[in-house]
Amino acid sequence: MKIAVCIKRVPVMEVKFAITADGSRYEETGLKYDINDFDLWAIEAALQLKEKAGAGSVHVVCLGPNAAQEQIRKAMAMGADSGVLLESDVRTYDGLTVARALAAELKDGGYDLILFGRVAVDSMNQMTGPMVAELLDLPVVTNVFKLDINGATGRAERVLEGASEVVEFPLPAVLTIDDGLNKERLPSLKGIMAAKKKPLDVKPTSLGAPQVTVRSMALPAERSAGRIVGEGADAVPELVRLLQTEAKVL
Amino acid sequence: MANVLVFAESRAGELRKVALEAVTAGRKLAELSGGGDVHVVLAGAAGIGAKAGALAAHGADKVLVLEDAGFTQYNPEALAATLAAQLKGGAYGFGLFSGTSHGRDLSPRVAAKLGVGLVPDLTGFTVEGGAVVGQHPINNAKVIATLVLEGTPTLLSVRPAAFAPLADARALVTEAMSSAVDPTASRVKVIELKQGNTDKIDLNDAPVIVAGGRGLKAAANFSLCEDLADAFGNAAVGATRAVTDDGWRPHSDQIGQTGRNVSPDLYIAAGISGAIQHLAGMRTSRTIVAINKDKDAPIFKIADYGIVGDALEVLPVLTAAVKAAKAS
Repeated sequence: MKIAVCIKRVPVMEVKFAITADGSRYEETGLKYDINDFDLWAIEAALQLKEKAGAGSVHVVCLGPNAAQEQIRKAMAMGADSGVLLESDVRTYDGLTVARALAAELKDGGYDLILFGRVAVDSMNQMTGPMVAELLDLPVVTNVFKLDINGATGRAERVLEGASEVVEFPLPAVLTIDDGLNKERLPSLKGIMAAKKKPLDVKPTSLGAPQVTVRSMALPAERSAGRIVGEGADAVPELVRLLQTEAKVL
Repeated sequence: MANVLVFAESRAGELRKVALEAVTAGRKLAELSGGGDVHVVLAGAAGIGAKAGALAAHGADKVLVLEDAGFTQYNPEALAATLAAQLKGGAYGFGLFSGTSHGRDLSPRVAAKLGVGLVPDLTGFTVEGGAVVGQHPINNAKVIATLVLEGTPTLLSVRPAAFAPLADARALVTEAMSSAVDPTASRVKVIELKQGNTDKIDLNDAPVIVAGGRGLKAAANFSLCEDLADAFGNAAVGATRAVTDDGWRPHSDQIGQTGRNVSPDLYIAAGISGAIQHLAGMRTSRTIVAINKDKDAPIFKIADYGIVGDALEVLPVLTAAVKAAKAS
């Protein structure tokens, strides 16, 4: 089982973002970076598939700045066998240019599966996986939270709003992994040591001209804290009155 | 002036509310670009065409009806091929999708087939000289980016609940459409649709959401949320990640960063402390009510109305009061 996992280096989101004075982007000073959450679950899925098959390899592909080697090494410490950094300092919101760069790298890899996280929490574009699949003419199942591979066919369950779909597909295929499939393993000390010796290629990459550009960025309107109506069940009549007369939602 | 092609989402033969939202957004797009027509693709098994009336009532100038047994379930490969073929002819300036699980599966396929860009999950937009200028939440919705997309056609998806459906009745005009490819030849096959409880409203369609967290203490206590949802009559029950991780509620009920984004008219958070990952998925709700034992819980910082108390004690009293209010 030869598996590729596409990962992204994203800011750690547990911060209060600030917008630069010219309103063109968010301030990056002081941000910490990690592997996108959903990509961690994709790595975990790949490792489990390899372990279950008893043979194979997990290859990590990352488009990002030079510093993203750190995230590739972390994936290796978890158990990935090799990695490639498509090095680019361009932060784009044009998913298609990203998909084209990844597809060019993945095209001749002979992968049985190409995994993505469902969405990158920074761009929230949620489009790269299915675009890569189209560009490579591969079947794709998105938002997978249950997965079973049996020889050359797979069966997955994907999340809908308030429902789910059971999907069958042939391999090779592209899957985007949702939360719920599995929790990621933590890198072991042994894994961290081993990762240092695993092959990591760095390839300078230029992205095509974007069709999507950023005009400006802003923080969402703050919600002002409301009021505490009261304590315990005694406060219910006043709450109901406010919902009827003030909020007009009842 | 540019025409707009809208994909109308249906499930198990019924139009979804997001389809009407998409038509409303499509109508707005057509007006902003100088008054083009809105054509809506409605695909499904035989009989789906009977749902076209609601689309015309919300501003569809023409409904393209694709009735074929091969579209009984979601058929992404055949839909993508058919929509790409329709958009390729040059008749449309824009292709518009719902920012749902299906819409965000389908729209990137169409974009890649056409070699055009896509701006997803817009909460608002304008049109400037054929380009879409739209607001797209990034960084877990903690930042709003204004993106500009040029291209012909221009593809976009709109965030569920961001565009309330507006009545804008047109004469019903339908036209039969056929699949661009053999729908039975798709490699990806949906073999089963698992609906949760079909009596319940979907979280993204519900005007009222009652959500529960760890403060409910046990899976069985979610019956108190169900009771309150039933008292409203138009409510759905949601949950935090902690609760879905513990298996108290199905994964598809999870609201927040790793789950679903909702913005109902009324959001009642019961026994939810308000982790930022949860707040990311519900902070755009119109009115927020929080019930929590801890008066310092972060949920109170964004709630319009708070009750400091045990949700297990407050919920049954609130349910009775809502029932009484509804009855009067």
